[in-house]
Amino acid sequence: MLLRHTTSEVKEREGLTINPAKTCQPIGAMYAALGIHGCLPHSHGSQGCCAYHRSTLTRHYKEPVMAATSSFTEGASVFGGQANLLAAIDTIFSVYDPDIIAVHSTCLSETIGDDLQQITRKALDDGKIPEGKYVIYASTPSFIGSHVTGYANMVAGMAAQFAVSTGEKKDQVNLVAGWMEPSDMRELKRISKEMGAKVVLFPDTSDVLDAPQTGKHVFYPKGGVTVPELKSTGDSKFTLALGCISAEPAAIALDKKCSVPFETVDMPIGLSATDRFIMALSKAAGVKVPDSITAERGRLVDVMTDMEQYFHGKKVALFGDPDQLIPLTEFLLDLGMKPRHIVSGTPGGRFDKRMKEILERAPGANFKNGLNADMFLLHQWIKNEPVDLLIGNTYGKYIARDEDIPFVRFGFPILDRIGHSYFPSVGYSGGLRIVEKILGVLMDRQDMTAKEEKFELVM
Amino acid sequence: MEANKTYPDPSAIREELVQKYPAKVAKKRTKSIIINDPEAVPEVQANVRTVPGIITQRGCSYAGCKGVVLGPTRDIVNITHGPIGCSFYSWLTRRNQTKPETDADANFITYCFSTDMQEENIVFGGEKKLKVAIQEAYDLFHPKSIAIFSTCPVGLIGDDVHAAAREMKEKLGDCNVFGFSCEGYRGVSQSAGHHIANNGVFKHMVGRNNEKKEGKFRLNLLGEYNIGGDAFEIERIFKKCGITLVSSFSGNSTVGQLENAHMADLNVIMCHRSINYMGEMMETKYGIPWMKINFVGAESSAKSLRRIAQYFGDEELKARVEEVIAEELPKVKAVIDEIRPRTEGKTAMLFVGGSRAHHYQDLFTELGMTTVAAGYEFAHRDDYEGREVLPGIKIDADSKNIEELKVEADPELYKPRKSEAELEALKAEGLEINGYEGMMKQMMKKSMVVDDISHYESEKLIEIYKPDIFCAGIKEKYVVQKMGVPLKQLHSYDYGGPYTGFEGAVNFYRDIDRMVNNPVWKLIKAPWETAAAEMDGALEATYTEA
Repeated sequence: MLLRHTTSEVKEREGLTINPAKTCQPIGAMYAALGIHGCLPHSHGSQGCCAYHRSTLTRHYKEPVMAATSSFTEGASVFGGQANLLAAIDTIFSVYDPDIIAVHSTCLSETIGDDLQQITRKALDDGKIPEGKYVIYASTPSFIGSHVTGYANMVAGMAAQFAVSTGEKKDQVNLVAGWMEPSDMRELKRISKEMGAKVVLFPDTSDVLDAPQTGKHVFYPKGGVTVPELKSTGDSKFTLALGCISAEPAAIALDKKCSVPFETVDMPIGLSATDRFIMALSKAAGVKVPDSITAERGRLVDVMTDMEQYFHGKKVALFGDPDQLIPLTEFLLDLGMKPRHIVSGTPGGRFDKRMKEILERAPGANFKNGLNADMFLLHQWIKNEPVDLLIGNTYGKYIARDEDIPFVRFGFPILDRIGHSYFPSVGYSGGLRIVEKILGVLMDRQDMTAKEEKFELVM
Repeated sequence: MEANKTYPDPSAIREELVQKYPAKVAKKRTKSIIINDPEAVPEVQANVRTVPGIITQRGCSYAGCKGVVLGPTRDIVNITHGPIGCSFYSWLTRRNQTKPETDADANFITYCFSTDMQEENIVFGGEKKLKVAIQEAYDLFHPKSIAIFSTCPVGLIGDDVHAAAREMKEKLGDCNVFGFSCEGYRGVSQSAGHHIANNGVFKHMVGRNNEKKEGKFRLNLLGEYNIGGDAFEIERIFKKCGITLVSSFSGNSTVGQLENAHMADLNVIMCHRSINYMGEMMETKYGIPWMKINFVGAESSAKSLRRIAQYFGDEELKARVEEVIAEELPKVKAVIDEIRPRTEGKTAMLFVGGSRAHHYQDLFTELGMTTVAAGYEFAHRDDYEGREVLPGIKIDADSKNIEELKVEADPELYKPRKSEAELEALKAEGLEINGYEGMMKQMMKKSMVVDDISHYESEKLIEIYKPDIFCAGIKEKYVVQKMGVPLKQLHSYDYGGPYTGFEGAVNFYRDIDRMVNNPVWKLIKAPWETAAAEMDGALEATYTEA
């Protein structure tokens, strides 16, 4: 057994997290910053943070992930990291020539109290930021929240630091992407275009982390939201935030700074959440939902009706991040499945409340988020009440193998399969992909385990 | 891709690599970019601070300590004391394989343990939470040992992990608890963490079990971490030769083996950078000599086996080793003969690790490939120039912060395995004991040596040399491949391996052959981008009845 020491006896833990269902803020900030065109993320801390984040993102995307570090040593940790950051800004603009450096902090620089706002202002005053270039920042202490919080903080930072209100409203809607894949961001742009809605989507990692092989390394790939676009978000008539944890803080920042009204909807994963998104976008942009979108929806519902017998009553365990888990759990319920055990390391009362509301349709389901809501607990719950399907990031494969559970990879990080960066999970076609993946593992299981006399040709 | 038969002039390249840097940075980097001369090895600036913002390959002290050295031992519970990230990123990502002897044996390698420090722990201290975590780990798993790894904030807020460990060790009674001050900001790279790990393992583990196990030729394998099963292959060869492996440091190892390691009669060192401290300290305390060996490369493996036999000085062992080599090498040779016509004359660059950039050159040589440029990520001058430069290395502020253990001969257990005279005789026969000649003496004249290479420098080197293969790690993998050059990961082996020993050499040859000759590299351009495609002619129907 791979996880041979995990037993079914659940004991309350207060100090020890085992097999976490989250990671730390800075990696989220790094990912978000890659969604700005011409931006180099910068990790203000010791080298290991930057190396770990780049490695994890690279394994997830199989793409270049460029980022720099302040390379703290003991001296910087004692005397403060200002000199390191100023030197880094100088080196980066000389050598790598980005349009923007997006600095995020780490537990190290936060603990010693480095103030990124003050240091970046000093860089500007000292003339270290060339004309027309920018240094933005986000405070992302690893000892608060999770990787999702870090993403939210950097996205809020880019909105707050770039948005300008010129006084002249633009006929456009801001779409704040919660933590999702480049494929999902591409799909949201397609849906908006299909609906005739003019949107500014940010951040946007499509054409950055799914760049083509051309035989040439393009340091700043063609994708990413541009500075003029980010500036214009202050003049947009409305903001739709996709995800209450990872996207809403940016919408609030825009409301505060530029009085752009906003609404937060769930990330459009599955049928119901996509319905709500389409209606919200239709209202915000003042466009009618075209027949083509209704047809997309119809195709997803068609598959759900055609194949309902394979979903019905199947028990599911899942783990991951709040803005995905909320709509995904709802989708599983719409499919007639039974979510039984759910954990997320990301804290948040609102997340907890939303999940409990949704899980009213799943009496007796286990749910825990925040501290000690880890994969060890999830595994113990599974041992107590086995499930038919496990959904989560790559680390779930150890539980899936030990407990012999069909496994669908979903979330971050996915280190051992491709597809997530190319094929969306959002929207109705994203729903089709999720349904196809779930059916694939469940029906493969049936095919491999059915008695010979019960083996089916047509399913 | 055609092989580059002539190489560019390195002196001009050096200028070009630093051209874009701010003046101070250029001055500093120049000292780490060296044109090699194997006859008169020039000085390489190494193990110095990385310039902030430069885009380095390097990681941190925690990664070197927890990730590299302690990570591969299967029956120890490694608790990371800090916010969640560090434990998460070092969870299973280094591919340290391990094989418990039975299903009932402990194996915690698949687990990740953290105190998940929160803001209140940063403000009010985290020691209390750490002790609770240790107790919970003990209650759940009853491990033989629990190790604590400090992350950056721990040192800054003044948590005393060593005191917490001592207290819990006493409280638990039958569990060895100890801590490591391996905060990420210590030193300038992973290397500091290796040293800290060596100190801790030496202080808290080695020497706890004096039982003398069976076996005539008993050694420890140091600096081999069983990535992709490397240690398994070396274990296979040792077993075949009748050599007893007391403990490995630390691939596929157990707490029990490490605690008994001082009963071996020889330490052989694979990765000099990460573990040479252990070799030195065991020599001083227990009288066990160490010897640098290399099981990367078929010829190097054969040579290493002969050295081990020579050290033990036993005719039977020498004969057995020759038998094993005679059995293994022809199989390897057959594969080389098949592959070499396809790899001969091609070029490689290696920028990785603290020993791999050296070791893997042997495999490329066996394939008839030339290493045109190489460098380490976190090595010291002795790994480049040889241990003879050690007395001349200046100790800077960053190195001073890493504890040097004061080690003395153990009053009971010190027993020189070889007398002075025996050691002298072995040295006279050409056997290098307690020594390492470094990488540069083996590299060709005018090859480039670059320490702690930056992204910018590597991209420039690739443009200039157009190597057939580039060896580095995951962060560099897809950057280099986007340039149309295959990149072999030499940390994770691209999820293949093993690459050690005889079977490993064959795996490597096949992988390199596949990579440098893969047809996909010729498919990068779309047909309409390459040919003056005839796409604008009029479309005419062929079967029209007119």
